[in-house]
Amino acid sequence: MKIIINNREEIIDYETLSLTELLEVKNFTFKMLVTKVNGKLIKKDERKTTIIRKGDNIAVIHMISGG
Amino acid sequence: MDLNEIKIKLKSKSVGIAGCGGLGSNCAVALARVGVGQLIVVDFDIIEQSNLNRQYYFFSQIGRKKCFALKENIEKINSNVDVIAFDKRIDRKSVIELFKNCDIIVEAFDIAEMKQMLIETVLSEMPGKPIVSGLGIAGFGENNIIRTEKIGNLYICGDRQKEISDDLPPLAPRVGIVANMQANQVLEILLSDSK
Repeated sequence: MKIIINNREEIIDYETLSLTELLEVKNFTFKMLVTKVNGKLIKKDERKTTIIRKGDNIAVIHMISGG
Repeated sequence: MDLNEIKIKLKSKSVGIAGCGGLGSNCAVALARVGVGQLIVVDFDIIEQSNLNRQYYFFSQIGRKKCFALKENIEKINSNVDVIAFDKRIDRKSVIELFKNCDIIVEAFDIAEMKQMLIETVLSEMPGKPIVSGLGIAGFGENNIIRTEKIGNLYICGDRQKEISDDLPPLAPRVGIVANMQANQVLEILLSDSK
């Protein structure tokens, strides 16, 4: 299915999958992330139950230490 | 918009600064210089000598609480700014209490976990409130990978990749660039606000 990750259109070989699975498939292994799906914040403990569907717009933001 | 119109508009605005380290102290000073009416500055930490390579403090202030020293420094620059300083460790609960009346929140923490906590809390509990975050300031050089991105009400300034480490220390120029980018983003939001 076709989805958008961080403003880039991508095709992944799944009909449906959870956000947690998507992060694994796309190799977002960074520990500290903020995730949004279609503009809505998805907290860490909600990622497993959040299902990604065709056309979804996903933002994955790395939390980088330093300031 | 001329300088006077900018001043008048900023006078009635309030900005919350979460963290008074390299990002927070420099961002707050920039916002004070242009005349943002109220700054709410929050930090629990004390000034150490090692902070002086990038943070807006002085040798004589070592050992003092950052939030109170920052208030003092800002008042020396622009005494018209109402600086409210809180000596406090920010958590999910206090974010809302501290910043509910601010027009914008500046995320200026150093630790990733704290950045995540603040961004998640603001996005989920304070709908519509803009938050300007600093992500990726470490090291030196590479001016051109530092940028800004808007994701809904979240604005991100930084290079988005360089995390502090022994080989990538935080240093005044890059931290200052990102802190001032955050201040510049805050101004853009405040001045485009039709209120």
